Amino acid sequence: MAYRDSPFQQIKAPLVWMAGAATVVAAVLAVVLLVADRRDHVGEKGYGEIRGVFDSVLAPTGNLTAAPVRWISFATDEVRGYFFAVSENRRLKQQVAELQRWRDAAIALKNINDRYESLLKLRTEPAVPMISARVVVDARGPFANARLADAGTQEGVSVGNPVMSDHGLVGRVIGAAPHASRILLLTDVDAKTPVLVDRTNARAILTGDGGAAPRLDYLRGRDPIREGDMILTSGDGGIYPRGLPVGVAVKDFSGAWRVRLYADQAAIDYVRILQFRDLSQIVDPATLAPGAPPPLNAQQQQALNASYAQIAANAAARAAAAKAGAPPGAAPQTPAASTAVPESALPAAAVPTPKSELPTKPKSKHGKGAKDGAAAEAPKHRGLKDILKKFGAGG
Amino acid sequence: MSTASEPLKAHRWLLIPALLCLLATFLLGTPIQVFGLRLPEPVFPMILPFAWAVIRPSILAPFALLAIGVFLDLFWSGPLGLWGLSLLLVYGAVLVTRNLILGQGVPVMAAWYVGAVVLAFVMAYLFVMLDAKTTPDLLATFWQLAVTAALFPLAQRLIERFEDADIRFR
Repeated sequence: MAYRDSPFQQIKAPLVWMAGAATVVAAVLAVVLLVADRRDHVGEKGYGEIRGVFDSVLAPTGNLTAAPVRWISFATDEVRGYFFAVSENRRLKQQVAELQRWRDAAIALKNINDRYESLLKLRTEPAVPMISARVVVDARGPFANARLADAGTQEGVSVGNPVMSDHGLVGRVIGAAPHASRILLLTDVDAKTPVLVDRTNARAILTGDGGAAPRLDYLRGRDPIREGDMILTSGDGGIYPRGLPVGVAVKDFSGAWRVRLYADQAAIDYVRILQFRDLSQIVDPATLAPGAPPPLNAQQQQALNASYAQIAANAAARAAAAKAGAPPGAAPQTPAASTAVPESALPAAAVPTPKSELPTKPKSKHGKGAKDGAAAEAPKHRGLKDILKKFGAGG
Repeated sequence: MSTASEPLKAHRWLLIPALLCLLATFLLGTPIQVFGLRLPEPVFPMILPFAWAVIRPSILAPFALLAIGVFLDLFWSGPLGLWGLSLLLVYGAVLVTRNLILGQGVPVMAAWYVGAVVLAFVMAYLFVMLDAKTTPDLLATFWQLAVTAALFPLAQRLIERFEDADIRFR
């Protein structure tokens, strides 16, 4: 059909009007998209197919453009390392000497902690495996703070996984494609993170607002926080495990409390994605059991029997006093020493092997998708007294 | 800096500038820090609705802006439709007022461009505030607005290249 035969040939509308009408139609479509898009839905379905496909295409492309940046960064590090090797070496020696004491203290405390957990039959959280990934795209505007990492569901990432850098918590995964995952940063306006103040155990919600330092909302208690307090994840709600380092408390010019993030100390080029699942999601109770407590030796057993006997005697005396009409306060008190197991009774060799724990470094920074969380080096078995002595001398 | 105007073909004044803006956005999305500072993140496509509306009215342009906005939302992982609506708001506002802008000098054009950018950011700010139920950081917003406003020379360059191509709309 020739153009002149078209039924629309007689319609002559000014182009300005047509452009205006097209603008209105496009704006309506944009509003429909805005209303239909629910970014805050939690779970696999909340992210959407379109975003998943887009991320799948974007990740390899972003990897290509990020490669020169990485090369330049490596080259700069090399040059800096060459010229500043002596001062760097001096600084590292000082740091190692300082960390040596902390390592000894940590070993001793871990040992004691394992012992207590074992004696109290605590059901501690299982080890959290991790995946190393590379950040390929970075969005940092006031309305969206997110990053794209080049590891996805095929590598074991799932929606909700916490993400850490070398220095601290970065955010969590909000969308996962087969080989890419989108990380919502703590600074995003949609990010709400349950945290605690390490010094006072006060709870708060870390609320992102697009700025570099997110706000601390819903702080409760009298004097719950001070400048410089360390902020950790509280684990409330089961989104993050408890105790991940987040940052340091600072006060802004308006007097509101904010958190200077540890993750901002350096460029976030590599991240560790924690395959964390809340305890309530784990159905196999065997993964929670820390194992049976170690058997008691003869001395411990004797002390325990003495405690039981004392408790029974106290109960009998209390019953007799009640029968005689005496006030309940007149019952003989349990001597504190009788129920306590003497320190000398603790077995020196019965220190349990520590359970695997969160590793502090990924296995390889350069290899993506490397699972590296399972094994942590077990400290040497030592007698408790030796460790305490060493701790006392070294700490 | 006046140059000879080029003939107005859709791919030359719509497609190529749009692709260049998206490419610039993509490159600035690279995770990089220079001396501990992260790169600015201007909204490069903001120059398009302003320049396109000034050059001439078009039926294709609004839909192209919607597509570009959707790309930005997916790329930055923002609410889908946010930047599409913001860009269309700028396009509509400049289209309505283009008779006032045409023939004006560079300072007036620059002021108009900055006004359009402010309009887009205010709209985006209000929507995000309602959607996330929190107020985005004003300093971060101002920083992005400022670097976006600094892109005016690019918009001016685009207008100069094509403004005389279709004299029916002068």
